[in-house]
Amino acid sequence: MKLKYFAWVRERIGKAEEIVEPPAEVRTVGELIGWLAARDDGYAHAFEKPTVIRAAIDHAHVKSDAVISGAREIAFFPPMTGG
Amino acid sequence: MTVTATIRIQQADFDVAQEIAALSKGRTDVGAVVSFSGICRGSEQGEPIAALTLEHYPGMAEAEIARHADEALARWPLQGLTIIHRFGRIAPGENIVLVVTASAHRQAAFEAAEFLMDYLKTNAPFWKREESARGTSWIEAQGQDDAAAARWTKS
Repeated sequence: MKLKYFAWVRERIGKAEEIVEPPAEVRTVGELIGWLAARDDGYAHAFEKPTVIRAAIDHAHVKSDAVISGAREIAFFPPMTGG
Repeated sequence: MTVTATIRIQQADFDVAQEIAALSKGRTDVGAVVSFSGICRGSEQGEPIAALTLEHYPGMAEAEIARHADEALARWPLQGLTIIHRFGRIAPGENIVLVVTASAHRQAAFEAAEFLMDYLKTNAPFWKREESARGTSWIEAQGQDDAAAARWTKS
């Protein structure tokens, strides 16, 4: 699946997008955050406060208990500040 | 007649008067037009800023704004709706966002515009970064914006 990162999540991870194949036991958005945070210091920094992180699956907002199977694109970003 | 919202996500500036005219000119069914313009301030929390840079999530920004536009059209009797949101570097005094609502009467136009702005603030995938003498930093989300959006949720 494709992952996209925005704003300071993107800066801390050091890339705007990537393709990942998480193991089968990673079932939800929250579990995906935990799996990514263990990759290196940049990911750990980006996801140090998981409750602050917002997520979207295929362009729609989701909560951390959303199931990721079947997702084409998952995005992680800080709370939005547009408008 | 089915009303379709005009939604544009763009780097270029827009002309507020032209957008208002596009919803009302030559029509006799529109009795009220409300427009909200969000403009880049020259300071953030007392500190002067040189510019804002808006990052957005292409694709989701359009989808999310369209969802809220559809909800506004379902909740209020609108005859026209335009939403424009800019991205990229924006200098103080420049436009950031525009919501224009047209209706037969003012209440629907006022309420729908306020509903849309409250939701754009908290749900549309845009992030502001400020440039100042001290460098650049991401603007933090405000809790009051969440509260403003929550009051439109039907209980």
